[in-house]
Amino acid sequence: MRMKRFAGVALVVLAAAGAIWAQGTLQITGEGATFPYPIYSKWFDEYHKKFSNLEINYQSQGSGAGIKAVTDGTVDFGASDGPMNDDQLKAYSDKHGSGILHFPTVLGAVVPIYNIPGVNAALTFTPEALAGIYLGRITKWSDPAIASANSGVKLPATDIVVVHRSDGISTSYIFTDYLAKVSPDWATKPGKGASISWPVGLGGKGNEGVSGLVKQTPGSIGYVELIYAVQTKIEYGSMKNAAGTVIKADFASVTAAAAGVAKTMPDDFRVSITNSPGKNAYPISSFTWLLIPAKFTDSHKRDAMKGFIKWAITDGQSFAENLSYAPLPKEVVAKELKAIDKIQ
Amino acid sequence: MAATSTTPSAGPISGSRSFLSRLREGDEIARIITSLFAFSVVLVTLLLVFELWHGSVLSRHKFGFHFFVTSIWDPNSGDFGALPFIYGTLVTAFVSLAIAVPLGIGAAIFLAELAPQNISDTLQFFIDLLAAVPSVIYGLLGVFIIVPIMREDIQPFLKSTLGFLPLFTGPAYGIGFLTAGIVLAIMVIPYIVSVSREVLLSVPRDQREAALALGSTRWESTWKVVVPFARTGIMGSIFLALARALGETMAVTMVIGNTPTISASLLSPGYSIAAVIANELGEATGDLYLQSLVELGLVLFLLTFILNGLARLLIVLTAQRGSEMGRT
Repeated sequence: MRMKRFAGVALVVLAAAGAIWAQGTLQITGEGATFPYPIYSKWFDEYHKKFSNLEINYQSQGSGAGIKAVTDGTVDFGASDGPMNDDQLKAYSDKHGSGILHFPTVLGAVVPIYNIPGVNAALTFTPEALAGIYLGRITKWSDPAIASANSGVKLPATDIVVVHRSDGISTSYIFTDYLAKVSPDWATKPGKGASISWPVGLGGKGNEGVSGLVKQTPGSIGYVELIYAVQTKIEYGSMKNAAGTVIKADFASVTAAAAGVAKTMPDDFRVSITNSPGKNAYPISSFTWLLIPAKFTDSHKRDAMKGFIKWAITDGQSFAENLSYAPLPKEVVAKELKAIDKIQ
Repeated sequence: MAATSTTPSAGPISGSRSFLSRLREGDEIARIITSLFAFSVVLVTLLLVFELWHGSVLSRHKFGFHFFVTSIWDPNSGDFGALPFIYGTLVTAFVSLAIAVPLGIGAAIFLAELAPQNISDTLQFFIDLLAAVPSVIYGLLGVFIIVPIMREDIQPFLKSTLGFLPLFTGPAYGIGFLTAGIVLAIMVIPYIVSVSREVLLSVPRDQREAALALGSTRWESTWKVVVPFARTGIMGSIFLALARALGETMAVTMVIGNTPTISASLLSPGYSIAAVIANELGEATGDLYLQSLVELGLVLFLLTFILNGLARLLIVLTAQRGSEMGRT
């Protein structure tokens, strides 16, 4: 991984050279999650239009890469679809002597997609059914665990072909985080994570790989990001949430999932909102976070970063729905505005 | 390949003059610069090995030799083994060669020996074009055309006719070792054809004429004289193809199924080394996980190195046999 560091150093040097050349243009660099990349690049672009002397460059290399880059200090901020765990936070504070702050920016969700010959109705999945299918215990579509939530739909007794994401990615993290919450068996093995040892099934690369496999394979089930399903107009299933409501993922139900945990949310915002208790909450939802160092050595960068976050979680939210992200609920925004002052 | 004996080599001549005069005439400068270029290739290779070695300290120490023989890959529990990936890499590469070698060499013989000049040149143009297509395009071709055909027609057919063999058992998903091997074969055929055709064309004319003069047919002179003469070069083309097949990432990951399994059945989904690195590197959290992926890179490097060494050995052996045949 020395190469990465070289690349990082080269980037910083280039950025520094660019800063001198552009006379007073402040350059901030970030790296991390791919899922929020479309809205982040829109935000950086719009913000640059407002403040032409500030340029934010963002590399969407993946959440793991973002956490590593911000810990190594090769970028000014990171971004991740899963919060940093305690070990990672400790690694950061050991190295830098100060902490890292999490700021939720927008929300995403993961939806089940399927292809069952002869079935055109929209299906509903209970948490038990979904976990059973992905554990390899439910192997036929006609299984009572699936059928009980879908009365009126005639399900064939064909084998279920399970499809998951093969590229370690937040979509899988959110999905397995949910399964680990609703199924104790899943929590012990295989557990949650961006890449796990899947009990059954085929791996598709990317949203298009999973949806391609599901579209082509009769009797298959997979999962994709809500954004992808909306933009490519794929039909997706509903989930039974923690309150027992059958709910289909959309902006309102995903935002409701965040609102459902707003009261109990810890001050560092490191919270999973899967299986949210709200009545109208879609259960496989998640924040995506900016990872901001609590202490900046460069006061210009600090002020610019604070200004940007403030703008992104208030005015910037208006760009979310156009790009198929669910906006943050008011309660969370209010809490975050207070937390911005922690950046020093 | 084109080392000719007519150009004088720099060594002996330059040795007879003083360093300064050689420097003044520019010979020495050219020599220093070009040798720097040549050695930089070695340097890059060594640096690569060093980085892979250095970057996998943790996983090498923790797993040792077990890394090569365990088939568990579980980032959550921190258990990593390379066996299914090594298996998948080798199986897909060899399936692809089993298809591409006969097809490619057959096509090269036609283009070099039997086809009229203009047809040969036109076809060669298209083959060179194929070699330049990016691999993600082959992956898409695989996902949208080959996978459905495999699932609907070829795999059920193989199961019903050759299903008694362990090679063709299990459900027909469409993806898997066989499909990945076929996509790879399509990708490496242009390499085999292009290089083999050049080699066949460079066989001296008198070899063919001598065979014809002895009363052999056109095909006999091609198959018994020209092809054996060009054997070393053809072998080289095959190993170029093998190297490409071993390292291919994008096209393989799109059709192999990305499941770390070891199965005798070619219809089963699998995984390859290059594919798992590409898939998991971005989100690999934790040093051991990251280093295990780097060690997989080292394993792939070793595999390529060993197979290349074997290839060299084979070429040396067959070349010796060829020259002995020539003497008798």
